[in-house]
Amino acid sequence: MSLDPAAVRHIARLARLAVADDQLESLRSDLQRVLHLFDDLAAANVDNLAPLAHPHDQALTLREDVVVDGDRSAQLLALAASSQGGYYLVPKVIE
Amino acid sequence: MSAASIAALAADLAAGRRSALQLAEDALIRAERAAALNSFIRIDADGARSAANAVDAQRAAGAALSPLAGIPFAHKDIFCTSGVATTCGSRMLRDFVPPYDAQVVERLASAGAVSIGKTNMDEFAMGSSNENSAFGAVANPWDTTRVPGGSSGGSAAAVAAGIVPFATGTDTGGSIRQPAAFCGLTGLKPTYGRVSRHGMIAYASSLDCAGVLARSAADCALVFDAIAGFDPRDATSVARPAEATAALLDQPLAGLRIGVARDYFGGGVQAEVGERVHAALRELERLGAVLVDVGLPSAHHAIAAYYVIAPAEASSNLARYDGVRYGHRTAQARSLDELYSQSRAEGFGREVQRRILVGTYALSAGYYDAYYLRAQKVRRLVANDFAAAFAEVDLIAGPTAPTTAFRLGEKSGDALAMYAADVNTVAVNLAGLPAISTPAGFADGLPVGLQLIAPAFAEARLLNAAHRLQQATDWHLQEPAA
Repeated sequence: MSLDPAAVRHIARLARLAVADDQLESLRSDLQRVLHLFDDLAAANVDNLAPLAHPHDQALTLREDVVVDGDRSAQLLALAASSQGGYYLVPKVIE
Repeated sequence: MSAASIAALAADLAAGRRSALQLAEDALIRAERAAALNSFIRIDADGARSAANAVDAQRAAGAALSPLAGIPFAHKDIFCTSGVATTCGSRMLRDFVPPYDAQVVERLASAGAVSIGKTNMDEFAMGSSNENSAFGAVANPWDTTRVPGGSSGGSAAAVAAGIVPFATGTDTGGSIRQPAAFCGLTGLKPTYGRVSRHGMIAYASSLDCAGVLARSAADCALVFDAIAGFDPRDATSVARPAEATAALLDQPLAGLRIGVARDYFGGGVQAEVGERVHAALRELERLGAVLVDVGLPSAHHAIAAYYVIAPAEASSNLARYDGVRYGHRTAQARSLDELYSQSRAEGFGREVQRRILVGTYALSAGYYDAYYLRAQKVRRLVANDFAAAFAEVDLIAGPTAPTTAFRLGEKSGDALAMYAADVNTVAVNLAGLPAISTPAGFADGLPVGLQLIAPAFAEARLLNAAHRLQQATDWHLQEPAA
């Protein structure tokens, strides 16, 4: 599997990571090397095996849908770089 | 200053020979003297003094106290501590002060253990050398030109240097066991789901486990017993009563069947490391254990499966760092899209970005089946290997790491060489099993670790075997020259 610069740009876009032009080639060759490691997966015989997403194959436990720690919105909003009137502020999306 | 066990310190406290405040002050002084190791990201002297004073007051009032009450320790900086900055080794969270405590933090605080601060780590627990920290590399107390291992490198260095008798850690692919091996410590990675992940900053959620690094198995047992147990706030927490492992340490090993995993002694294993591990196994045999040869034929596929699954989960987990709600926010953004991508590019270090990209790729359209789904099938294969072996034996053994601690900078430019060092630890996480690294002597003056792996929920068996080995040997008592 070979990775071209456009593919790296595409993945970076999906991951919402800005990549400077002068970083692109070193990142590409880095990723290319890691992807070679994955060729090993093709060598494993996994016929008739179900994927294992989770150790123990256990069902998730659900708790009662009740408030346990109260309204902490002020505490949580205080962690944001920018907020106003109970909302997070971001650059304008619609002109 | 020689490092006392938790039990010895607890006896001093109970007899009134020392106060919790004195122990905390001593630990703070040791931390300051060993500052060059860079094992701490933050020292919390005020918090430590106030927690110690509270324990001393309880003791004076005649309260019944836990064996951990008044014992100083340190938390890996991946555990959220209310009101105390929690960075996860990242520029992204440099100024993050959590509004709540992780469950592990709550448990140890309610047992009266006294945290003196937060230890250094690879950024978001991604690394095997602690060189990926935004707060600088950590030196190994046994040889300060070498790495302490990772990602719980600061925790390992702090305990090995005698600053604290134990520290918390997390293990997603070996991040407790490998630093324990590199620093001559005992490191316990519990069964997946045994210790709550609530408030533990996520890396790869189906693999992440909280655990402990200490000098001895007996100390690990005391801490494990305090932190294990069901927590409704973690949906993968196991609703199964944890046994009190500390009470089971002295069981005889007669008849214990230990499978020596021939696949863990492959070509990459340094000869002296293999010899030390075999010598430790012969010691277990002398104590009554029966050594049996076992195969784990899919072991060599574990690295590839791990390095698809862990980054895939990381790419999803780390999507939350968007520059909006918490964490680093760029000053440069002109649009919402730029806010996301610039904040993330500025906040994450190179290895974290690499794993996010690899994970995104493995999950993206056209590659999902070939990479992610196939890796999950290989994960099943790896888990099946263990299940087959555990039909024959009680424990599986091998070297924790293929080498002793490598030099700072030796592998930092080569991600694949770094990943390859995880060959003997990642399979355990894929299968969700408990494992321990216990000291097995020295190669060229550097510690070697023996890894013991148990079936799910058999932490007591691991701690029992490691404890009996430690009663018969003195490797775990050796300390680095100051």
